[in-house]
Amino acid sequence: MSAETTPLQAIGTKPHIVLEARNVVKTYGHVTALDGVDFELRAGEILAVVGDNGAGKSTLIKALTGALHPTSGEILLDGVPIHFKGPLDARHAGIETVYQDLAVAPALDIASNLFLGRELRAPGLLGSLFRRLDKKRMREEARRAMNELKFRLPAIDNPVESLSGGQRQGVAVARAALFARKLVIMDEPTAALGVRETGQVLELIRSIRDRGLPVVLISHNMPNVFDIADRIHIMRLGRRAAVVSPKTHTMNDVVAIMTGAATA
Amino acid sequence: MTTATVSPVETPRSLKSRILGAPSAGPLLVLIGFCLIFALSNPRFLATHNLSIILQQTVIIGVLAIGQTLVILTAGIDLAVGAICVLGTIVAGKLVNLGYDPVLSMGFAILLCTAAGLAAGGLVSGLRLPPFIVTLGILGILTAALRLISEGGAFPVRDPFLAWTGNTMKLGGFVLTYGVLIMFALYAIVWYLLNQTKWGRHVYAIGNNTEAARLVGIPVRRHLLSVYLLAGLIYGIAAWLALGRIPNADPNAMQSANLDSITAVVIGGTSLFGGRGGLIGTLIGALIVGVLRNGLTLAGIDPLWQDLVTGILVIIAVALDQMSRRKS
Repeated sequence: MSAETTPLQAIGTKPHIVLEARNVVKTYGHVTALDGVDFELRAGEILAVVGDNGAGKSTLIKALTGALHPTSGEILLDGVPIHFKGPLDARHAGIETVYQDLAVAPALDIASNLFLGRELRAPGLLGSLFRRLDKKRMREEARRAMNELKFRLPAIDNPVESLSGGQRQGVAVARAALFARKLVIMDEPTAALGVRETGQVLELIRSIRDRGLPVVLISHNMPNVFDIADRIHIMRLGRRAAVVSPKTHTMNDVVAIMTGAATA
Repeated sequence: MTTATVSPVETPRSLKSRILGAPSAGPLLVLIGFCLIFALSNPRFLATHNLSIILQQTVIIGVLAIGQTLVILTAGIDLAVGAICVLGTIVAGKLVNLGYDPVLSMGFAILLCTAAGLAAGGLVSGLRLPPFIVTLGILGILTAALRLISEGGAFPVRDPFLAWTGNTMKLGGFVLTYGVLIMFALYAIVWYLLNQTKWGRHVYAIGNNTEAARLVGIPVRRHLLSVYLLAGLIYGIAAWLALGRIPNADPNAMQSANLDSITAVVIGGTSLFGGRGGLIGTLIGALIVGVLRNGLTLAGIDPLWQDLVTGILVIIAVALDQMSRRKS
């Protein structure tokens, strides 16, 4: 863990930690899925989480998003201990998650998908009494968000099914970016995509980071991780084996730490 | 949005593609086509009183198809449509014939229909049973129970309030029953709910991708419950309209209502797989069925042809839906 060197640290200012886990343990009967894992996401970074199958990546993410309750340990958001009862709690706290399978409603248009579950209502009596949606404002907001993220899409009132796989995942990612106040967690967001489409989504993840939202990226794909991550959190046997920088370590180093052939 | 109105990353959709791409464009062309054929073959078809009759004949299936559309949009199917409606007519008729207040009797009957919808919704959302099986079960239970209650036979219901929906009013040259007006009002209200409110958005989202709907925080089970509840309420109102058309409560009535309502929904372009389509299509679908029946009868053609043509239309509609799904 001493090997981590980020620009921020080099200057000597202590970076703000957005999401932190301390000594989190999760056991299922005799099986220990998380064996005292630590985790630290800093402001403005893309933190990749890598590890072999069964190393505890998904369990860690589920613990962070409230999808499961840790057996012991502490999770802090902006330095404050939190106890999520479920994924909705995490969302209310400003944490958005993007999943590997494309979580969009294909027949609905792009704007509707962006605002799905968080629709805007028209102002005044039309909205409060007649519950009318403010479609125009949702379209405008959606357009603005997509422009800001520099994500290339056809018209905002096209159904999502007319988009390519990469564009569809882009909609899911943009939705997370639009509503996350603290951070975005992405669980293998490009696993179902081709090379070019993956590039589009990675570009989008970068623009989210550049807008100031930190991103946790769980990925199997080492080239992608080295392409965009600021730091790499390596899981092994339910613990954090190391956090390294792609600038100081090679892919081979990371794989070696993942498999236990080397330590950081 | 002053400077960014023409966004560089967008290619706007042309008006032509919007109209042709509208889900109800195809059914509308079919409806217009049939009207043209019947009008050319028999001038009486376009007479105002004939058009009024078509509307009156469309009312019950048209209203039942509203509930059916809601259920099908959530990727379900409702086979208890007719049975729940008959429940309404029998209960209201029985109570009125026993001397109870007609308004309260009809209200209670509609409430019971709503409860039947709620029961279906509860089994579908709570126990996660397939809608097909749940509503098939309710169909069997209700059909048997209603025959037992009414001792097997139909009975007349003579009450001015229950028959009120069959009363007519003149609108220009048109003679419209209040039932027709109620049908259009129901279409307008439910169309608004489906297209202009969050509730409707979520109906589409659930039918489209239940898992995605759940992930974005839509309470899927509660929402399904509300859909079946509303459908039950609509079937109850249809029961009132049915008593207005024929003042007779018959436990053996509406046996084809399930398939007829599904036919209207499917011909109207709503996908049996859920999440696609809408109420305008269903209204057009119901009118297509009504126009076909009326036009063929006017032309003196054996009514069996009506079933044959309807069957072909259903298969074409489902085939088109499948093809468009495969393409995307």
